Amino acid sequence: MTMPNFSYVRPKSLKETFSHLSAGNARIHAGGTDLLGCLRDGVFTAEKVVSISQLDELKRVERLKDGSIRIGALATVAELTNHELVKEGYPALAQAALEVASPQLRNQGTIGGNLCQKPRCWYYRGEFHCTRKGGTRCFAMAGENQYHCILGGRGCYIVHPSDIAPALVAYGASVEIAGAGETRKIPVEKLFVLPEQGITKETILEPGEVLTAVLLPPAEEGFHSSYRKVRARGSWDFALAGVALALHFHEGRVAGARIVLSGAAPIPWRCPDSEKIITGQSLDDDIIARAAAAAMRQARPMQHNEYKIELFKGLIAEELAAYKRS
Amino acid sequence: MEKDRKVSNGQGRKGISRRGFIQLVGAGALATTVVGDLGKPLPAAAAEVAEKGEMVHVSLQVNGRRHRFKVEPRWSLLDVLREKLGLTGPKLGCGRGECGACTVLIDGRPRYACLTLVLEAEGKAITTIEGLLKGDELSPVQKAFWDNDAMQCGYCTPGQIMAAEGLLRVNPNPSIEEIRLGMSGNLCRCGSYAHIFKAVEQAAKLRRTI
Repeated sequence: MTMPNFSYVRPKSLKETFSHLSAGNARIHAGGTDLLGCLRDGVFTAEKVVSISQLDELKRVERLKDGSIRIGALATVAELTNHELVKEGYPALAQAALEVASPQLRNQGTIGGNLCQKPRCWYYRGEFHCTRKGGTRCFAMAGENQYHCILGGRGCYIVHPSDIAPALVAYGASVEIAGAGETRKIPVEKLFVLPEQGITKETILEPGEVLTAVLLPPAEEGFHSSYRKVRARGSWDFALAGVALALHFHEGRVAGARIVLSGAAPIPWRCPDSEKIITGQSLDDDIIARAAAAAMRQARPMQHNEYKIELFKGLIAEELAAYKRS
Repeated sequence: MEKDRKVSNGQGRKGISRRGFIQLVGAGALATTVVGDLGKPLPAAAAEVAEKGEMVHVSLQVNGRRHRFKVEPRWSLLDVLREKLGLTGPKLGCGRGECGACTVLIDGRPRYACLTLVLEAEGKAITTIEGLLKGDELSPVQKAFWDNDAMQCGYCTPGQIMAAEGLLRVNPNPSIEEIRLGMSGNLCRCGSYAHIFKAVEQAAKLRRTI
């Protein structure tokens, strides 16, 4: 458990950061909670650690002129739990942030780091040369797979570990990605990579790029949102199952919906079929049951995680039912 | 400290590193003599790279006092607090941010010292359990843990107390649910949780009467 050797630099500007990241095998340090754990456990190596923690320009949380909210990538998870702009307009994000890890980790971990964290699969984190590390085998397939995915797996069966990501996808948020070249803005929904698209990557970030901000569209009237997480123990843990909902109501009916799952798939998992079923409807028991079932129609459980199907159905149904009187 | 200076002299490097070069030519020459990879001069204020294994200076504010050390970039804050400063209150438990035995306050907020690089703690106010004492007098949280027998083996206790201290500084009057949430980053393998929660409740009262 010794920390391997690396060189370290704490640049004073983004421009300087990019020049350091251009060196081979450099890793970004934001809060450091995931990076240092991965380095100590030998999940990956780093020649150079480039700490962006001094870049104050990435720490701001502000409302822009168009009413959207810009959250700098270095805003801590703890800040998201109690920032007025977040609590007022984006309760699912504040709730999701409060479900992340422990107080200590929330004080240190950042929103950018939360989105870019490595999966928690115990084979990936352990001494197994699995497909995600460039090997030929996924050890979860015939192993202890009770916490693995039921949707979207192929050759690798991780679940995406973030609580914040599904909330952001539900809000239709975007991220800003900066590199030595142009800065690009992409929907959070398009940030993550399924194993079939790239088994050793979790995000579309290229080496040398930095996720610099999260952008939330303006909060609208008639818009309701929530995040609920189910875990194996009350104290801090990753999600067995979670659901972020963002529902738009008009005259008692659902006018627009996003349903996004955590703990289900290698990426935050949207449920388009369920969204279609409830859109244009008022939420009665029948519609809710159909929407919950539709979310799990494609599910392919492994030996030890079949329980997740009923868990998700119940969770989605309960969460939708909470909106019945909205 | 003197020992560090000796071993740091060229240790872990082959040839002259950029930093060593800068030290040789003197900082005054920095802006004009150092060139970047692309052959363009770097801004004078550019951050220096601490090379692998190189001992670099760090200045830390711990329990109200300033200390200057030479450290390797890979060292954690916990390493330095324990091994350099002799502050053995913060403990190494899991070393991966799960158990909380290493909890200290950084700028008043509880954090894991095992997951904090010492170089990242520069310029911040660090408080360990040793910093809660006023002379020989226990702080309210320490006293409440004592009174409620909130420990068995005691290994996790300094971390528990620092987590409680951090919680009560932002929330002086927590509900039992808020206490459970606030203490959820600290494990106790002896299972003294019931007593720990009672201690935090009492500590909140004690702090209000002082």
